[in-house]
Amino acid sequence: MLQTISLLVENKPGALMRVTGVLSARGWNIDSLTVARTLDAAQSRMTIVVDIEPVLRRQVIKQMNKLINVLQASDLTESLAVRREMALVRVRATAENRAGILRDAEIYGARVVDATADGFGLECTGPVEKVEEFIDAMKTFGDIDVTRSGIVAVSMESRKLRLAPPIEAATGVNGAGQRPSC
Amino acid sequence: MSNLMTGANILVECLLREGVDCLFGYPGGVTLPFYDVLYDAKVKHYLVRHEENACFAAQGYARSTGKVGVCCATSGPGATNLVTGLVDALLDSIPIVAITGQVSSKLIGSDAFQEADTFGITRACTKHNFLVKSAAELPRAIHEAFYIAASGRPGPVLVDIPKDVFLGNAHYEPVGTIHLPGYKFSTEGHAGQIRRAVEMMWEAQRPLVYAGGGVISAGASGSLRELVEALDAPAVCTLMGLGGLPSSHPNFISMPGMHGSYAANMAMTHTDLIIALGARFDDRVTGRLDAFAPHARVIHVDIDPVEIGKNRAADLPIVGNLGPVLEKMNTVLAELAPSHKARRAADRQAWKGKIASWAAEHPLSPSVSDTEIKPQHLVREIDRLSGGDAIVCSDVGQHQMWGAQFLRFNRPRLWLSSGGLGSMGFGLPSAIGAQVANPGRLVFALVGDGGFQMSIPELATVANHRLPIKIVVMNNGYLGMVRQWQELFYNNRLSAVALEGFPDAAMLAGAYGFPGRTVEDPGEIGQALDEAVRHPGPYLLNVKVSPFECVYPMVPAGAAIDEMVLGPPKAAAV
Repeated sequence: MLQTISLLVENKPGALMRVTGVLSARGWNIDSLTVARTLDAAQSRMTIVVDIEPVLRRQVIKQMNKLINVLQASDLTESLAVRREMALVRVRATAENRAGILRDAEIYGARVVDATADGFGLECTGPVEKVEEFIDAMKTFGDIDVTRSGIVAVSMESRKLRLAPPIEAATGVNGAGQRPSC
Repeated sequence: MSNLMTGANILVECLLREGVDCLFGYPGGVTLPFYDVLYDAKVKHYLVRHEENACFAAQGYARSTGKVGVCCATSGPGATNLVTGLVDALLDSIPIVAITGQVSSKLIGSDAFQEADTFGITRACTKHNFLVKSAAELPRAIHEAFYIAASGRPGPVLVDIPKDVFLGNAHYEPVGTIHLPGYKFSTEGHAGQIRRAVEMMWEAQRPLVYAGGGVISAGASGSLRELVEALDAPAVCTLMGLGGLPSSHPNFISMPGMHGSYAANMAMTHTDLIIALGARFDDRVTGRLDAFAPHARVIHVDIDPVEIGKNRAADLPIVGNLGPVLEKMNTVLAELAPSHKARRAADRQAWKGKIASWAAEHPLSPSVSDTEIKPQHLVREIDRLSGGDAIVCSDVGQHQMWGAQFLRFNRPRLWLSSGGLGSMGFGLPSAIGAQVANPGRLVFALVGDGGFQMSIPELATVANHRLPIKIVVMNNGYLGMVRQWQELFYNNRLSAVALEGFPDAAMLAGAYGFPGRTVEDPGEIGQALDEAVRHPGPYLLNVKVSPFECVYPMVPAGAAIDEMVLGPPKAAAV
């Protein structure tokens, strides 16, 4: 079963690699992954869809939360959340099927984002099932090119974000004078 | 006011602020600017002969002191050679900081000479790693690295520094505060859970304390002892936890697991409450997981929430540092003692009696012979000289298991062993780090002839610094543990395990300028060890032991821990 994991991470080089490393180390394939800055430019929001064995799900979320660059990793699979995806579809149009393409696009609420004599660029947004149905519908008009965004999700539950407070530097276990002399 | 400094100078300044007075390393092209500053800095550099050993030496320093060990390597091959040592430190939760040079920023990604993607390669080998992009970023990276290495669940941190960052100038200002908002770890432990845990302890008829390396890294062995005594519960210590409770303590059984004692494994199987303290239910401890401790409820205390429920579900989890958690537990234990202790006394006597009878039934008996030196005999002789007070750095294999079975440790941080990763070649370099950190203490490197030959180059480091390490090679002429498995599970088809061509020990040590000797007569082993320990400098003692001895008890792979093989199969009747 596909799981949806939402992560708030520090917007730093390598953060993505660390998160995906938790999954790739176990040989798991990522179904989709999106990442972009949040309102705070120092943070990014990731949404990962991945097939994890149910018994290991909690373990994986804990391993992600343990990463220094991860501020919060949450499992949205069974929680109240909105999941949406966008697909950009390029479909070749002929004089005969142009009207049919536009009619079907309207049924799925897809927008025409580019139109030429050769065909259309269409944007469809919605739940995954709807986007997939739209893609199937467009296939009936001939060869199409599709780029999907992958799922973006937002939790509709309020989650308390617990962050570590600042601490004083270089006063801990390594304090000068505490070490044996070499 | 701040002053303009080079990155290399800033790095050394930060190391000094962290209290670093020595590091283990190997220089190279891109770390030249750093080594130029080290030339007259108040940080002593120990030149090892291979970067992997720099990492192991830093671990020996860290494991024996609890302080952060530091190692250093150049870019490319220097950095990749650190990898084994980093993973080793990761699996055993050892705080070290590794500093690696990197090719100049502008060359990164161009397949430059001695370039490797160290940041990418070590992502999975470290608790955290940094690629520093300017001299101005250095102080923050270095102080964060030390903080991350030492705090929470300790571990290795790597800082990768391009050559132009060493050479670049920045206004140096000391870092006042460290803020890592995503780095959260609880220390105190939930008070309600702690109380419930203590109630479970008093309810249990046959409690068993299962103490791991976490007790040692938390510096909580005093509190552990207090808990064991207050509850009058028997205790086992894992390979990483040995010394957490003094071996001589009447409640200490021994190590559990694949080569644990019969009594320890039977206690695990029959206990009704496992009190797991900084231990992780490793497969080498549990054997077949679904048959492990079938009657037990589990209290699991660990600073790392990932460990809770990872292998064995916890009936009562507590996430926190064992120091404060055990202190609180002991307070509550004492508070509840008056209403329980007397009531439980009979249970405890029966339970301890049961364990004593298991121990008497199948003791860990050292095998001794008149004609050949038995490996267990050798370990007992080392133990006689140590008296539980020497530091013993082991390699990996049979000698490591016999060491864990027969050596006594009066306190923590004396038994230094590659537990999780099982890295051969760990023994000698970790002894270098331990001896550097503990100049006055007797340090043994107890190694097999396999692991020793992986670290032979470090004899030069030992000789250079006249480190008085007693290197004892348990030489059975084989990769003993692999041979044992081939004997027991592969029809004794001994494939690629014979280590022929071991050098003459006296000549080998002599070539490095210190004494060495080979013994094979069981009558000479005691005197030979006496001589090695009496000698003021390093000493190489090559001990030829009986080649076909196996480590028992043994829990075969996939078996439950009460399904131990207790000794060699009986020879067929002739």
